[in-house]
Amino acid sequence: MAVDPSTDSHTRAALALHRFGMGPRPGDIDKIAHDPRGALLAELRAGVKPLTDPALVDSGRAARDAFAFQLQQKAEREAAQRMQAEAAANTMAGGNNAMPAQPQPKPGPGVPQELYLTEAQARYQAALDADIGLTERLVWFWSNHFCISADKGPTRPICGAYEREAIRPHVLGKFSDMLLAVETHPGMLYFLDNVRSIGPNSFAGVRQHKGLNENLAREIMELHTLGVRSGYSQTDVTNFAKVITGWTVRPLKRDEEHGGEFWFNERMHEPGPQTILGKTYPEDGDAQGRAVLLDLARHPATATHIATKLAIHFVADTPPKPLVDRLAKRFRDTQGDLMEVTKTLVMSPEAWSAARTKLKKPGEWTIAAMRASGLPLTDVRRIVNTQNLLGEPLWRPPAPKGFSDDSAAWMDGIAQRLDIANQVARLVGNTGTEPDAMVDAALGPLASDDTRQTIKRAESRPQALALLLMTPEFQRR
Amino acid sequence: MTLHAPSRRELLLASGVLFAWAHMPRAARAEGRDPRFLVIVLRGALDGLAAVAPVGDPDWVRLRGDNALRLDGDTPALPLDSFFALNAAMPNLHRMYKAGQASIVHAAASPYRERSHFDGQDVLESGLTKPGAADTGWLNRALAALQPASRVGGKEAFAVGPMTPLVVRGPAPVMSWTPPRLPPATDDTVMRLMDLYRHTDPVLARALEEHKDLAMIARAGGMEKPGQNKGPRPQGPGAAIRAYFTEAAGTAGKFMGRPDGPRIGALAFDGWDTHADEGVAKGRLAILLGALDDALGAVESGMGDAWRETAVAVVTEFGRTARVNGTAGTDHGTGTVALLAGGAVKGGRVIADWPGISDAALYEGRDLKPTTDLRAVLKGVLRDHLRLDERALASKVFPGSEQVKATGGLMMTA
Repeated sequence: MAVDPSTDSHTRAALALHRFGMGPRPGDIDKIAHDPRGALLAELRAGVKPLTDPALVDSGRAARDAFAFQLQQKAEREAAQRMQAEAAANTMAGGNNAMPAQPQPKPGPGVPQELYLTEAQARYQAALDADIGLTERLVWFWSNHFCISADKGPTRPICGAYEREAIRPHVLGKFSDMLLAVETHPGMLYFLDNVRSIGPNSFAGVRQHKGLNENLAREIMELHTLGVRSGYSQTDVTNFAKVITGWTVRPLKRDEEHGGEFWFNERMHEPGPQTILGKTYPEDGDAQGRAVLLDLARHPATATHIATKLAIHFVADTPPKPLVDRLAKRFRDTQGDLMEVTKTLVMSPEAWSAARTKLKKPGEWTIAAMRASGLPLTDVRRIVNTQNLLGEPLWRPPAPKGFSDDSAAWMDGIAQRLDIANQVARLVGNTGTEPDAMVDAALGPLASDDTRQTIKRAESRPQALALLLMTPEFQRR
Repeated sequence: MTLHAPSRRELLLASGVLFAWAHMPRAARAEGRDPRFLVIVLRGALDGLAAVAPVGDPDWVRLRGDNALRLDGDTPALPLDSFFALNAAMPNLHRMYKAGQASIVHAAASPYRERSHFDGQDVLESGLTKPGAADTGWLNRALAALQPASRVGGKEAFAVGPMTPLVVRGPAPVMSWTPPRLPPATDDTVMRLMDLYRHTDPVLARALEEHKDLAMIARAGGMEKPGQNKGPRPQGPGAAIRAYFTEAAGTAGKFMGRPDGPRIGALAFDGWDTHADEGVAKGRLAILLGALDDALGAVESGMGDAWRETAVAVVTEFGRTARVNGTAGTDHGTGTVALLAGGAVKGGRVIADWPGISDAALYEGRDLKPTTDLRAVLKGVLRDHLRLDERALASKVFPGSEQVKATGGLMMTA
């Protein structure tokens, strides 16, 4: 399945759409065939599109709305319990034994889930609407790199806003800007427990006898920047944790205007200078932590870590070393300019010549299936449920490391994908596209003769479509 | 089950299982009748000889060998007359036949003579003589040609987008309903995929092999509409398929049986492309025929009193090879059966100008030779049951069929 970079432009166009994009819609392969690489670069130059759905609200507002909803629910529950108790007392006293009407639970999923679904809808729609989809793929990549989970604490209503605010604006900007936006975002501060981390010698620490939580500091070094076993010590982690004490979130209970927004709470902050990776950072409020983050972003280990992850995501489970080296060098040379790093990826011969062995992750495959088949996004819960079934629930990774980018991790889900493919095909129905045209539009010259024969011999168009979505050429990229 | 007018959203997602027309035909109404007509399309090409076997033909057992349905043995076929017998998986149809409420048309085919499913389905559903170029279906054009007497009830009719199956696509407005239960991926699809993976991607082949059984158990999740009551999970071989067929057909029956329900409908069942391990008596085809038989029973009971005025036509794009192939299955062929059922059908008969199945009698030396044009049968039903006039039938519904005379005497109304 290796693709020689000298192969014809239609092959390269199909490869561009599958490997770097969200998969071809009918006509897309032809549209970029005159210059597939140029089309990718043009999409990068055009920049990442902001999500403009007016129903989307910023994370502070989302957190406050969700909090108000929960307060109201609590009040209703308590009122119902009171009424029941009163009625019971009434009955015991031999009075009117008519039971009061039970308060009916409100229909609908509730504010946190509504916010989650609204954000999901906007995110999936952007992926479906993208010309090629490289910038959306970058949003997904970085969102997974800096993942948070909707299942932890109060993050469900804000996990979409987190991606929109901290990730999306920066995927073609400076890595350090994304890092600062991420580590100061309430979503991350909740997810990795920093909201509760208190400097032992801070005002609050002395008074409450509470202390550090190292979770965020460790994961910043291990997962977000340097990478595991890259030379930092437990002391570095502890000191860094002290530096970022006081990075917390304004309490929703006490602050109706700004509750749920980032807050540097000096009373929780460990005072004094701290030494991390051999450099001493003087006490400087929250600027102390920002200075550490900037140095971590500039660290050569970070460049290698990010270069390796990008190459694994886009090119191969075991990426060619020259490609990783080139990406890392570009990262270092440009102080983490992600536009330049991504361009380097697109310009690298290895990114085009590598065999198509990577299995698309469930989300990529689902969106590609919808784009190829023209299935519109009418109910986002269908995609959300599909992601759950296929083991990649949206914004709910199993651990701070995010979902695996290793093909082997997803191989076992292939049988479930068949069910989804079948269901997509049924939803699309027996529409007029000829199987040959279907293959041309979705795979172009990537389709093997075996694949073409299999689809041609299908018993119906729905079966042909289901098989197409399951072919190795469509599953892999 | 409560029925509701489908929302716009459901229409966009409609897979085209039931498409119905909310009017009463005027001419039939004038006779004091209120006929119902349901078309069931079997996609994939039904093996007509395995559904209704010519057990009286001297060449039969020689032709099919161990795969031949017989009147004796483990699963004896159900005799229809001295010559034909019905697959034992279809007791409902047999009962209807014996009660004079079902007929079988044998050695029938559309005018299509090649062997591509897609083209064959196009011809079957478009009602044209050739594949391609069609953007409307014969049933929709029949609706358009019928003079509506009055709109039934207050039910809205919907214009349906490009996702409707060809047979009902066209100018007449139709509404659609999609069962919440989506059909399971058939073993056939799994088999085809395994075959492709084995040739091209051993890693995927291994993954699918190891997990396909697990997935079968977990089936019915996924892209179904959330929050819908899925009911108990079906058990046993083919249970999911039977449950799906029964639910879709039963709902169609209930829907069309109501006084304010639609009068004309269509639904489609896939999975009939039995190239390997056909399982005529106990395996895959027997399960599918059993599911179809359940579906017919569900239509009957769903229709209630309206069953008396109902005709159900079961059609498929073409038949399969007369002989069994090298993998205990049958390949794409030509002549096959069409089924008619319902209280309005003048049943209890196998209608066939039997071509024989000797080597010399087979079409191109391999298929059951078609001697009845399916359009003649459908024209007969449309004319006598719904009172479509012959000119419209020849020019609009089945253009180019002037030479194909409508078959008379299929319906109780001559």
